[in-house]
Amino acid sequence: MPKDGIGASSKRREDLRFLTGSGRYTDDMNLRGQAHVHFLRSEVAHGRIKAIDTTAAAAMPGVVRIFTAADFESVGGLPCGWQVTDRHGQPMQEPKHPVLADGKVRHVGDPIAAVVAETPEQARDAAEAIGVDIDELPAVIDMKAALKDGAPKVHDDLASNLCYDWGFVEENREAVNEAFDKAAHVVSLELVNNRLVANPMEPRVAVGDYDPWGDMHTLYTTSQNPHVIRLLMGAFVLGIPEHKLRVVAPDVGGGFGSKIFHYAEEAFCTFAAKALKRPVKWTASRSEAFISDAQGRDHVTKMELALDADHHFTAIRTETYANMGAYLSTFAPSVPTWLHGTLMAGNYRTPLIYVNVKAVFTNTVPVDAYRGAGRPEATFQLERAIDKAARELGVDPIELRRKNFIQPDQFPYQTPVAVVYDTGNYQATMDKMLQVADHAGFEARAAQSKARGKLRGFGIAHYIEACGIAPSNLVGQLGARAGLYESATVRVNATGSLTVMTGSHSHGQGHETTFAQVVAEMIGIDAGQVEIVHGDTANSPMGMGTYGSRSLAVGGSAIVRATNKIIDKAKKIAAHLLECAPEDIELKDGKFSVAGTDKSVEWAGVTLAAYVPHNYPLEELEPGLEETAFYDPSNFTYPAGAYGCEVEIDPETGKVAIVGFSAADDFGNIVNPMIVDGQVHGGLAQGIGQALMENCVYDKNGQLLSGSFMDYTMPRADDLPSYRVDHSCITPCTHNPLGVKGCGEAGAIGSPPAVVNAVIDALHRGGHTHVSHIDMPLTPARVWAAMQK
Amino acid sequence: MAKVTMTVNGKPVAAEAEGRTLLSQYLREGLGLTGTHIGCDTSQCGACVVLVDGKAVKSCSALAMDLEGAEVRTVEGMANPDGSLGTIQQAFQDHHGLQCGFCTPGMVMSAAALLAENPKPSEAEIRHYLEGNLCRCTGYHNIVKAVLSASGQDVSQLGTVAAE
Ligand code: FES
Ligand code: FES
Repeated sequence: MPKDGIGASSKRREDLRFLTGSGRYTDDMNLRGQAHVHFLRSEVAHGRIKAIDTTAAAAMPGVVRIFTAADFESVGGLPCGWQVTDRHGQPMQEPKHPVLADGKVRHVGDPIAAVVAETPEQARDAAEAIGVDIDELPAVIDMKAALKDGAPKVHDDLASNLCYDWGFVEENREAVNEAFDKAAHVVSLELVNNRLVANPMEPRVAVGDYDPWGDMHTLYTTSQNPHVIRLLMGAFVLGIPEHKLRVVAPDVGGGFGSKIFHYAEEAFCTFAAKALKRPVKWTASRSEAFISDAQGRDHVTKMELALDADHHFTAIRTETYANMGAYLSTFAPSVPTWLHGTLMAGNYRTPLIYVNVKAVFTNTVPVDAYRGAGRPEATFQLERAIDKAARELGVDPIELRRKNFIQPDQFPYQTPVAVVYDTGNYQATMDKMLQVADHAGFEARAAQSKARGKLRGFGIAHYIEACGIAPSNLVGQLGARAGLYESATVRVNATGSLTVMTGSHSHGQGHETTFAQVVAEMIGIDAGQVEIVHGDTANSPMGMGTYGSRSLAVGGSAIVRATNKIIDKAKKIAAHLLECAPEDIELKDGKFSVAGTDKSVEWAGVTLAAYVPHNYPLEELEPGLEETAFYDPSNFTYPAGAYGCEVEIDPETGKVAIVGFSAADDFGNIVNPMIVDGQVHGGLAQGIGQALMENCVYDKNGQLLSGSFMDYTMPRADDLPSYRVDHSCITPCTHNPLGVKGCGEAGAIGSPPAVVNAVIDALHRGGHTHVSHIDMPLTPARVWAAMQK
Repeated sequence: MAKVTMTVNGKPVAAEAEGRTLLSQYLREGLGLTGTHIGCDTSQCGACVVLVDGKAVKSCSALAMDLEGAEVRTVEGMANPDGSLGTIQQAFQDHHGLQCGFCTPGMVMSAAALLAENPKPSEAEIRHYLEGNLCRCTGYHNIVKAVLSASGQDVSQLGTVAAE
């Protein structure tokens, strides 16, 4: 067995460059002769552009050229990759999204003009000298206000600010209403899922380059999916065919969803590089990131849960307002619909579900997928409502969940919201979490806290998510304008090392290490022999990139498939060399042997024969050893887990301290446990950040009040606990070759309701029984205010 | 523009700087030392931390011109003389204290400053000291573990019930 095969906590090879300052992030690249662009952005949330005067700015030192919307007349707008159909069978309202604001500005940060100059400082100085005459219009910020008759319209050419009114499952609407009429108990909650800013630590960067030799465009960009950018930007925006456009996403400093989307700055730099015949570079400042990166969440929901007299869940009904912001970002329409409504069954046997979502345009930065995307919103509603139900009914929240869980013998389980869960064992994850959290010792700890004048509480959440997006034919029916397979090319080199090109992309997940472990295990060689290459459309096959916890489940499966093709062919070569039938060849520990004999040939002997085919079955086999595979999953994967949060509240200040956080996840099989732990930790930090600290706030005029790290509270080391994470509960995925499910988003999905449930529990134990809910983030001020009746 | 000379990672260096050139720019653009990262424009993230005369400094808030003759250490200067990872770097790799790597140079340099001041910090002291360094990937758990480990302390109990 290779020591770095599947299941080993192999140290990450990519760390060597990151720890020594040798990483190559996009901003580290400087091309010969490059110019720099600075975007002049709108300072108002809504307004009509009357005039733009660039005369003075154009004469400033170092200015190369100033671009405005007029320069982009021949160019398409930024496309939306998902079309949602509304309750009445009509397509969503889909506004234009110009590269530079055309006639109107629609959010603070909307780019109006782009100044290209010799240095970034000169570009910025000149941008300040541009005269922009804007007639400010009233802004719509609040979603419900935006839907009122007579509300100002974000897009004049659309009928209203309603993007779509979606019902799911529409046919169940009446049956759900009837179930509510007949219910023994109904629990209802009004919830805000607060708007977040993804804030990967690396701000976005784009460098456009154009080479007239070969008419070749290259874009270096901070992207999670370079092939998707090539397709969207090439086909829909700039009209550059794929073979004349290369997109490279080198080392990328985190994404969390915000680097999936195709952004105006990418199209601008690519376009301007050709127009100016020199490279054009843009590096976002953090302040710019706050007003130009797509933001996350921002749902306002009424959630209702119906139960019968035995406390079985009988129906769920929700009404959600989902903020789209000013334009449709690339995958925005899918998030509150197909990534949210399909998860409303959670881990429970609720027979009837109806989800209504109204997506709304407002004069705010566009909203799109952020770690979890739709699934955290679904989990939050469900797990908060179940806790409230337990409290109202006077039953144990753990037992209420257990009673309604889909039981281990009920898989595969068809939910009433379209998806089929393949495997799971929720009783097991619940048991495991309670053990890891030392739930049995909680009462004693609560008594100690009480003696110190503190309120202690324990909160539970059980989540499910759909990962490994996705069967292409299914998502196509749901409105996706893309396939969602993944690809791999495995190139075996003559002396036996391998270069594996994946369409998946790592921006922190450690693919270079884990994917090599998979290949090493399959062939039985050292993982050091396997190089993983990603992030460049010039060298990897068309792939869809990394998001939705899909890399191993989909990208890893493509690698398995391509490696199997390699092994099949290598066995034929080995059979020729060993003069036997291919069926008699066994591959073990990097050696091909004839079953039942001592005849064998090493891996490197076969690979050399493939490239130096002197003794080779040339009539039957092509020389060489290189295979490509595409993998399109037949279902989503369904990771699930139980989270337990223990908090201590200082009743004097309302400050919540997380004193324990335990996670028991079922991710299916695990390739690298160390990396899985890290993925969960990071997700937990983001979920706890959402629950306690982070909030993206606009004032009524659309000014972003939380536009820097001074106002937007990112969780810091001393805000967070050490975590107890466990992934020993394993029900392997039944439909991908590795049996893996995905682990990247779990922490961010399961933790917010666990934290809020813990706070409510602590308050009730402390006698504040009037508090049934507090909206996130649970800042000291909000908790303290809630305690004061 | 004037030439500013410093000692960076033990080597004398010189590069042009304007009055407004930040140390971070001087290192990245002037010297091509791109290990030092820029994660914000309000001195809040710590991705840019380097050591100046042994003290942790946010290089985005120091002017190169003010540092004529200073002794600067960056992440590029943290490996052992034979090129292998230094103690702190090795601990970060061993304990998976980094994911995307963007905050990492600042974390490593802050950790170096911490351990120089306090060779056996507690978990709480580490968390408090690293408060100026944002990481969006790791949730800090494994960074804390790496720093504890680099200081020669036992990390096996971190985050377990027994630790509390
Ligand atoms: S770059 Fe953020 S603190 Fe220096
Ligand atoms: S490792 Fe990505 S920000 Fe810390």
